[in-house]
Amino acid sequence: MKTKTQSKFHPLKSSAPIWASEMAGIMEAYRKAGGNLEQLQAQDVATLVVSGDQVLVSHDIAGIQFSAERIENGVRAKIEVGANSVIAKPVHLCFGVLPQEGIQHIIADYHIGEGAQVKFLAHCSFPNAVKVEHLMNATIQIEKNALMEYTEEHFHGEKGGILVKPTTRVTVEKRGTYRNTFSLVRGSIGEMVIDVKVDAQENALVELHTKAFGIHKDIVKVNELIRLNGNNAHGLAKTRIAVKDQALSEVVTITEGNAPGVKGHMDCTEIVRDQGKATNNPIVLVSNALAQVTHEAAIGTVNRKELETLMSRGLNENEAVDLIIRAMIR
Amino acid sequence: MNSILDVKQVILYRDKYEILKQLNLQLFPYQIHTLLGINGSGKSSLAYTIMGLEGYKPQKGKVLFQGKDITKLPVDERARMGITLAWQEPARFEGLPIGKYISLGMSEVSEKKVNEALEAVALSPRAYAYRSLDKTLSGGERKRVELAAVYAMQPKVAILDEPDSGIDVLSIQDIGLLIQRMAQHGSAVLLITHRDELVQQSDVASLMCMGSIIYSGLPHKTMEFFQINCQSHQQAYGSQPWSLNSLLNSKVKKINENKNSK
Repeated sequence: MKTKTQSKFHPLKSSAPIWASEMAGIMEAYRKAGGNLEQLQAQDVATLVVSGDQVLVSHDIAGIQFSAERIENGVRAKIEVGANSVIAKPVHLCFGVLPQEGIQHIIADYHIGEGAQVKFLAHCSFPNAVKVEHLMNATIQIEKNALMEYTEEHFHGEKGGILVKPTTRVTVEKRGTYRNTFSLVRGSIGEMVIDVKVDAQENALVELHTKAFGIHKDIVKVNELIRLNGNNAHGLAKTRIAVKDQALSEVVTITEGNAPGVKGHMDCTEIVRDQGKATNNPIVLVSNALAQVTHEAAIGTVNRKELETLMSRGLNENEAVDLIIRAMIR
Repeated sequence: MNSILDVKQVILYRDKYEILKQLNLQLFPYQIHTLLGINGSGKSSLAYTIMGLEGYKPQKGKVLFQGKDITKLPVDERARMGITLAWQEPARFEGLPIGKYISLGMSEVSEKKVNEALEAVALSPRAYAYRSLDKTLSGGERKRVELAAVYAMQPKVAILDEPDSGIDVLSIQDIGLLIQRMAQHGSAVLLITHRDELVQQSDVASLMCMGSIIYSGLPHKTMEFFQINCQSHQQAYGSQPWSLNSLLNSKVKKINENKNSK
């Protein structure tokens, strides 16, 4: 089945009874994930809402076009931002699975035209997950002088029965900018495997920010590769992860400096509590004598001085640790 | 007036070194008590001992707060009793808004009080309240935030470890006024500083050397003592305290003899 979308309406009201409960459920999950329902319903905000394999809402505005089709266990979507289009308000994306079990496979193809500017706010909600897989395969093409910011926040239930596997391939052309923030700090992660590869051309700017808070037996795996291929391209991979209970975190970040004047930096902080475990492997690959790539990492317990500073204001040790972690992954 | 905090015969070792030597100190509400001394004389160690930081639990002696022995209490319990510390090198907290940090020790949290505290250290609430207390702030800004947090807490004992270092000269007067306000609110202020202007405004000044308080008195008397005795020693023997050891001991002995004879 291939349709432009199954629905196209705004504000988010439907007379279709089949959808009504699905819509209400996904909207509640969206709200729990930190989404702003008012913004989601605004006429001048582009919106795409996908629950399971159903496209519930697809709302274009001038300068941006969605086309979405249902596929087995998911949705294939194409997001086109026209050349020189400046999308004033962030585009809202909402993905989720409401039942306890299910697979959601999103194949997304983003094309940001030359000189365009767009920000995406994606909220992914899996409030009841016991055995859910959320697989995201995204291809992103950012043309010359274009800017794309993508912020993704997740809301998971307390059961942690979910596999989240976003795989992203990005090309940032000359003087383009790509900023990505991935945040999974509410509820139990389950298992998360992030795989991002970015190729940056001349004078391009790439920033990858990843935040996660693993509890229970959560598993967090982050694999990020930034190839700074063009002259003077800049890249930053910043990771902030906390693990407690028996949660596990593995971070591998690779930055390649392949051209003159490129600057790359990897900055990883992981806080470990209880029986949690964390590893960090920053890999620097430089193939040009005029490139510079640096890295810094701090793995382990909370800094004693930070802890005692907060305790000298009256917080007990647990409150102080919690505040430090929450602030770090905020 | 009764003292609010008493340090009695405190001996502190760190590794093998005796950092505080049978040290005695009394702090009183509404008073600013300045600690003077060259680097390594034990001023910050005394501050940390009063606050109860890790590694600063005395091997002998007691710290009493309002007559209660708090020597073995952890930092947070001391803080909840009303003791706090403005750190010489304040910590950074990625993602923690400054306003939130300032509010932590407040008995009743309100935006108005947070803003007042920021204004008291000449930081605009609009520009700073929601800014993260991280490495994007300069050292001087962090010092001001630290002072604002202590001021907002209205502690019974405020230990200020070199609040003037890293602050521009023009703002020293503001810092001095803030310290006076703390004392006017009833705090006993223990101030560690090297600034003459701040020493002058204190009620009492004590001179530390090699883990002992060797002189206490009115600020100008203490500074006079320092200039006559300590500076001449430094010129003759250098600033390292171990080279002054025997001389200082003889001086202390002499002072004590004079006191006794009086």
